[in-house]
Amino acid sequence: MTKTIHNQNKIVTPPASAYFIEKNLDVVVQHTLSVLVDNEAGVLARVIGLFSGRGYNIESLTVSETEHEKHLSRITIISKGTPKVLEQIKRQLERMVPVHRVVDLTLVAHSKGHEKPLERELALVKVAAVGEHRVESLRLAEAFGAIVTDATTEHFIFEITGRQQKVEQFISIISPLGLVEVCRTGIAAMNRGPEGM
Amino acid sequence: MASTKKSGTEGREMTGAEMVVQAMIDNGVTDLFGYPGGAVLPIYDELHQQDRIRHILVRHEQGAGHAAEGYARSTGKPGVVLVTSGPGATNTVTPLQDALMDSIPLVCITGQVPTPLIGSDAFQECDTVGITRPCTKHNWLVDDVNELSRILHEAFHVATSGRPGPVVVDVPKDIQFATGTYFPPDAFDMGHYQPRTQGDMDKIREAVDLMMSAKRPILYTGGGVINSGSEATKLLRELVALTNFPITSTLMGLGCYPASGDNWLGMLGMHGTYEANMTMHDCDVMVCIGARFDDRITGRLDAFAPEAKKIHIDVDPSSINKVVHADVPIIGDVAAVLKEMVALVKNTKARPKASDMKKWWEQIDQWRARKSLSYKPNPDVIMPQMAIERLYALTKDLDTYITTEVGQHQMWAAQFYGFDEPNRWMTSGGLGTMGYGLPAALGVQIAHPDALVVDIAGDASIQMCIQEMSCAVQHNAPIKIMILNNEYMGMVRQWQQLLHGNRLSHSYTEAMPDFVKLAEAYGGHGIRCTKPSQLDDAIMEMIETPGPVIFDCCVVTLANCFPMIPSGKAHNEMLLPDEATDEAVGSVIDEKGKALV
Repeated sequence: MTKTIHNQNKIVTPPASAYFIEKNLDVVVQHTLSVLVDNEAGVLARVIGLFSGRGYNIESLTVSETEHEKHLSRITIISKGTPKVLEQIKRQLERMVPVHRVVDLTLVAHSKGHEKPLERELALVKVAAVGEHRVESLRLAEAFGAIVTDATTEHFIFEITGRQQKVEQFISIISPLGLVEVCRTGIAAMNRGPEGM
Repeated sequence: MASTKKSGTEGREMTGAEMVVQAMIDNGVTDLFGYPGGAVLPIYDELHQQDRIRHILVRHEQGAGHAAEGYARSTGKPGVVLVTSGPGATNTVTPLQDALMDSIPLVCITGQVPTPLIGSDAFQECDTVGITRPCTKHNWLVDDVNELSRILHEAFHVATSGRPGPVVVDVPKDIQFATGTYFPPDAFDMGHYQPRTQGDMDKIREAVDLMMSAKRPILYTGGGVINSGSEATKLLRELVALTNFPITSTLMGLGCYPASGDNWLGMLGMHGTYEANMTMHDCDVMVCIGARFDDRITGRLDAFAPEAKKIHIDVDPSSINKVVHADVPIIGDVAAVLKEMVALVKNTKARPKASDMKKWWEQIDQWRARKSLSYKPNPDVIMPQMAIERLYALTKDLDTYITTEVGQHQMWAAQFYGFDEPNRWMTSGGLGTMGYGLPAALGVQIAHPDALVVDIAGDASIQMCIQEMSCAVQHNAPIKIMILNNEYMGMVRQWQQLLHGNRLSHSYTEAMPDFVKLAEAYGGHGIRCTKPSQLDDAIMEMIETPGPVIFDCCVVTLANCFPMIPSGKAHNEMLLPDEATDEAVGSVIDEKGKALV
């Protein structure tokens, strides 16, 4: 018997673990997925569990029943990952029993020559301010197209709808004027044009 | 789920507990593995009053799950489990995950505390659907007795359609007592859950063109061929006969092509043969049929079959491009795709060039000549490889089913026992569950009462579900447990030798039970053998004893399992048995590598 190990390929240095872990250098991109599901008990837990269990990332998630007579809900998920991971997310979602359809809205948008799908978010922004700050916050709201939905002499609640960036910007500008709290819905999205998902 | 009731079928009034039993009968269930408890007593009461379903009482719910897996794997029918709430349900988690990873159809019915008590931390309550959500294909909590029959039929449909897998139906006790309307399976339209089984014809044509232009092809097959049914096996063999391609298989796929066949290369992967792994590494066209590029198969991904164009046939779209990029992806059931493929091959005159194939086979024969499974027999002590070889020689002409636990013995069984037919080999592949083999053997024996069922076990694994010996004795299931006893957790020790400087941390089994006495204590028969000269007699005694047997086969303690692709290495960097001296094993990973552990 030989006393040394005969290595057919001497270049390789073994990493000495039960698993081989490769560094992934693929570029991470952000995509928006629309998922049509049966609105039944636990369906959201299934979807979220899939993401946490497989180490996928959720940037934003919204869900609501959209077709009442068929008990169908539409979930909009924004996720970040390499293109390979994003393909896996779609495939993994598709094979879940209560999932009817999964559409990668970003891919569809690209195929239509758009940069991204139509995406909108709603935020409620509470500002407590008196005097000059009060006037200034109203002025800002007007500039951003935000609506006053509740007010006393001490506060306003603004309702703002728009692209995520616009909502972010509004919140950051108004925050030194006495921002109390913010509630955001997460992103609702669909593709432009006459076709459905 | 969107399954809806078709009109026109007459419903029948009955209790929820009656519905459970009726739905099983209507879905063709004849055997059931379970354990009673407070939250399933109404169903057990119904079982007591009928004789169409045979209930096998296990000794631990994990045993019920694995027994059902063995039953399913050996028959192609779904395995059915009935357990109580709380601990009954949590004890099934391991077999459910095992079945999920190995794509075994299981229907597990769990009792639950009455609906008004859910969420109150009631006695033996647990969030069964929450706990089992990630380890099932789908699960249901029933909250209306009138939904029960639909859910049960859907459960059988989901478990057995597409890529098979486990499902759980959680039935609260008040639903079992409540009266509602039962409808048979054909009263329902199974909704949108209809996984695609027919492959895309363009892709299949592209695949056949690629295969016929190959210089160095290989068929890489897996458990999906077996799950697809006997037609898939038949077509696969036909494809091999038509093309003369070499064929290898994963651990899960053993038996889909006969081990005695001319084109068989043996199993591939971490403990696969030299010829299988080298053929994989050097091939130019790889046809992956019902396998999923598991990390135990591929080794180093960046050096995995670097020159190969890969065709991947799988019924589960999420398996495609998950690990390895597929040049020609075909989503479909193996049998359906192979049917088209074989027809296309038959209708075309195109074949790989004879000279290329001749060269390829000559190369393969050189790799075969390396005899990577060789070992040194010893006149004084039984080599584990020899134990399996002798078992094979003495049982191959019988109606034999083999199950295993997990570890070195499992790999030796896979290497040295030749499977010529599918559904004869039951092992825990994906999850690697120690304790699988004994209850699985029990399940196989229940399905095939007259067959010889042997659990090839290790001394450590066997103790994880040893309690099911009692179940085997109770149900006259004459299973044979052949323990390759080396007094170690052999595979753990092998890795410690390889990666951790031979520091054998807690891998030696002190205080080993006397397995002969243990067999007798359970009411079975015990055999011990320590000498190679007595091995055949001991195996024959095991086979010929009518009841359950534990055969304590004492093998050499320090043998290791080779060939082996050390972790993180490529297929062409195997460690072969004649190179694997003790010193070599200790130094295969250099100091720099050890620091990375």
